[in-house]
Parts: sequence; C-alpha cells; structure tokens
Amino acid sequence: MTGSATQLMRVSHLTKRFGEHTVLDDVSLDVTAGEVKGIIGPSGAGKSTLIRCLNGLEPIDAGEIWLDDTELTARKADMDALRSRIGFVFQDFNLFTHLTVADNLMLGLRRVRGLKRAEAETIARRELDRVGLAEKWRAYPAELSGGQQQRVSIARALAMQPELMLFDEPTSALDPESVGSVLRVMRELVAEGMTMIIVSHEMAFIEAVADDVLFMAEGRVVEEGSARQIFHEAREQRTRGFIDGIAAALVGEADDPGQAR
Amino acid sequence: MSDWFAFAWANLPALLHGTVYTLEIWVVAMLGGFVAGWVLAVGRVYGDPISRKLATGYIELIRGTPLLVQMFIVYQGLPQIGIVFSPLVAAMVAIGINTAAYQAEYFRAGIRSVRPGQLAAGRAIGLTYIQTIGHIVLPQAWRIALPQWSNEVIIELKYTSVAFAISVPELMGQAKMIGADSFKYFQIFLVAAMIYLVLVSAVTLLLDVIERRYALRQ
Repeated sequence: MTGSATQLMRVSHLTKRFGEHTVLDDVSLDVTAGEVKGIIGPSGAGKSTLIRCLNGLEPIDAGEIWLDDTELTARKADMDALRSRIGFVFQDFNLFTHLTVADNLMLGLRRVRGLKRAEAETIARRELDRVGLAEKWRAYPAELSGGQQQRVSIARALAMQPELMLFDEPTSALDPESVGSVLRVMRELVAEGMTMIIVSHEMAFIEAVADDVLFMAEGRVVEEGSARQIFHEAREQRTRGFIDGIAAALVGEADDPGQAR
Repeated sequence: MSDWFAFAWANLPALLHGTVYTLEIWVVAMLGGFVAGWVLAVGRVYGDPISRKLATGYIELIRGTPLLVQMFIVYQGLPQIGIVFSPLVAAMVAIGINTAAYQAEYFRAGIRSVRPGQLAAGRAIGLTYIQTIGHIVLPQAWRIALPQWSNEVIIELKYTSVAFAISVPELMGQAKMIGADSFKYFQIFLVAAMIYLVLVSAVTLLLDVIERRYALRQ
C-alpha cells in the first residue's frame, strides 16, 4: 500500500463529523520524509481538527491515515505505539503541570520507551539544551513564560525521537516577544531535516520554511502547492482572497516575524 | 483557679490515654477512607455503568445517613449476621466507611478539574489511557483536591468523638467518665476541648506545609 520509499504519511479521503456538522470533508494529503508542510486557512476551516486526527487524538468517520507502512486507522492499530512515533505540539503547550521540566521530558522515555533513568536523562538533557533551556531542568511549568513552556513542549515531543512532528498553531497563545524564540527553534528543526506539518497563522514563517502549503476552508483543501504558488500565484479565488486579506491586515507592520531563510 | 489546674493535671494522664485512641481511630479511618475514596472516585468517573452506579449509590447512601447511625449498625447490627467487632475496630470501620464517601467526592471533583489538554498531551507522547490516568490525571487531581481534603481530615479528627457512644475510651469517652465520677463536667470538657484544639492546630500546620509544597505544581 505504500508509495515511494520516501513517503512517510499518507492521508486519503479523510472525513470527520461533529454530529451533523462535517468538519473535514474528503481531505487527502501526502507527506514525504524531510518535507515541511504548512496548513493555513481561516478560523473554523478544520486545520486543528485535521492535525489532531493525524495522530489519532480525534477519531475519524471515514478515510485512511498511513504512517510509513502502518495504518493508523486500522481497527487493530496500536495507537499508543504509533503516537509515540509522532510528535505533537499543542497551541496551549499542555506541559504536565505537576512535573518538573525534567520529568516532563522523561515521562514518555521511561514509561513508553522503558528506558532507565540515566538513559532517559541523557536524552532529555540533550533535547532541553537544543531548545536553549538547559538551565530550566528543575523548574516547574508555572515558573516559565509561555514561550519557554512551548519550547519545553517541543523538547518533550523531540525526546521521543519522532519520525514526524505536528504543530497545532504553536505560537497562537504566545505574546509577541515569545513568538520569535519558538519560531527560531522550529527553524532549526527545519534545517536539520525534520518532517513537519505546521498549522499556523504566521504566514511569513510558513512562506519561508514550507516546501508545500495547503490552503483549507470549510473543511476542504481548497488548494495545495508550493509556498510560492499559494502566497503569490494562487489559482483559486478563495486562496487569493485569504492571502490578500492577511496582507492588507499586515500593512504597517514593518518587521517580518518569520525572517527570510 | 489553682484547683482547676490541679484537677486538670490529675486527670491529664487519663485524657492523654484517651487521646491515643482518638489518634488511632483517626489515622486508620483516614487511611482506609483515602484508599477507598480513590477507588470510588475513579470508579465513578472512569468505571463501566455498573461500577459508576455502585460508587454513586454508596456515596449517596453514606452521605444521606448520620455517622452515629452508621456506627451503631456496624457495632450492634452486624453481630446479628455474625460479624463482630470490638468497639475500637467498629469505630475505625464506621468512620472509615463514612469518610470514604466524602473523600471520594473531593477526589472526583479533582479528577473533573484536570484540564482535558493534560490527557491529550499524555496520549500524544504515547502513554496508554491507563498510564495517562495514573501518571498525569490522578496526581493533578490530588493536588486540586488537597484544600478540600484537608478540611475533611480535620472534620474527621473531631468526629472520632462519636466513638464514645459505643464505649470506646477515647478522649471524649474519658472526659465523660471523669465528669461522671467528679461531677466537674464543665472543667473536664473544657480540658478535652483544649486537647482537641491543640491536635487540630498541629494537623492544620502540617497540612499548610503540604499545601504550600504543592502550590506551584497545579
């Protein structure tokens, strides 16, 4: 069932309903290893629901999701094992509030991977250092700023050594000063070749890092293409309207939070 | 005044002997109620429909009837079906059964207050449902429930005094006996009340320390 050797995730004809309301309507997408895919669109387009479906946090009503050569949507799929291969970064961080930063990073390594404390600690310290917060090892989440919490949550996901990272509006809950530090960490992941799917309203950032961009509206993929195509040469009127609307809203904001690559 | 002190001093050994029983009943009942309370709370939130109904029924039954009635059922009712407890054990069992229902409700409220995102985050790193409950939801529920639970701990310390009614010679029981012998009810109950106050103050201090330690970690 798998396509080319580099294909990492395949989603076909995914449909998701909340009661009578269809939030995802026949969504298909492919992710190749090392690819960075951006998902943009207006609020209520189903972007967050889609990305939550991709690691099984939301059940789906129809369609298939494959990770490598394993079907997530199979009835007998070992979802816990599959989830541990997919990193997920939440809009509101969701660090475990009762645990130190260290234990946030080590919980999955110890309980899911079954590593000994010393082994888990080595990995956790390395990942925390990677997001530039090594000195916060003993801190509790409540002692960190929003941006720091989000970087720790990225480190927590990375500690599991995922094959794919999903980002659900990772900077939407942050104050403007914190956004840059989180985007910087994500940019380093892009440079390291991590496969990523990013739902975001940071248009400049998506345009700078994404290999491929999906524009969604009302639960459907309206248009998919290179960042250049979506942001500058969109075929669909709907896409152009969205991009132009954002651009108009940004007039007067001189600096570019994404900083060109 | 010096008479008063002499009277209190002379009877202090008996009262302190009773205090040992008071603390025994309290510690055993609270620990039993703690374990049973968590079982009931988890059963009520996560159980299948049958365990949910059983847990809810237990909690409603216990909260809907007086502790004193429960204690007499345990001490004088159960022997009719062949279950005989000493007064001390009967008091421990009855107060344990009683506090379990209240503790269960505080723990259940705690479980319900854990933010759903915490559960999602646990699942997202690959923890199983059970692991997520055990490592994330219950520890957080405990921290949320702690202030309410502290209240229950203190209330139960004072409720151990009903054990005198089934002739356990705990603090209240001793005071009542000394009062009956000496007719100095006013004096002896004042001394007993002061001992309860000292116990409750000590427990309150201890609970404050625990609450402060957990404050950052909610």
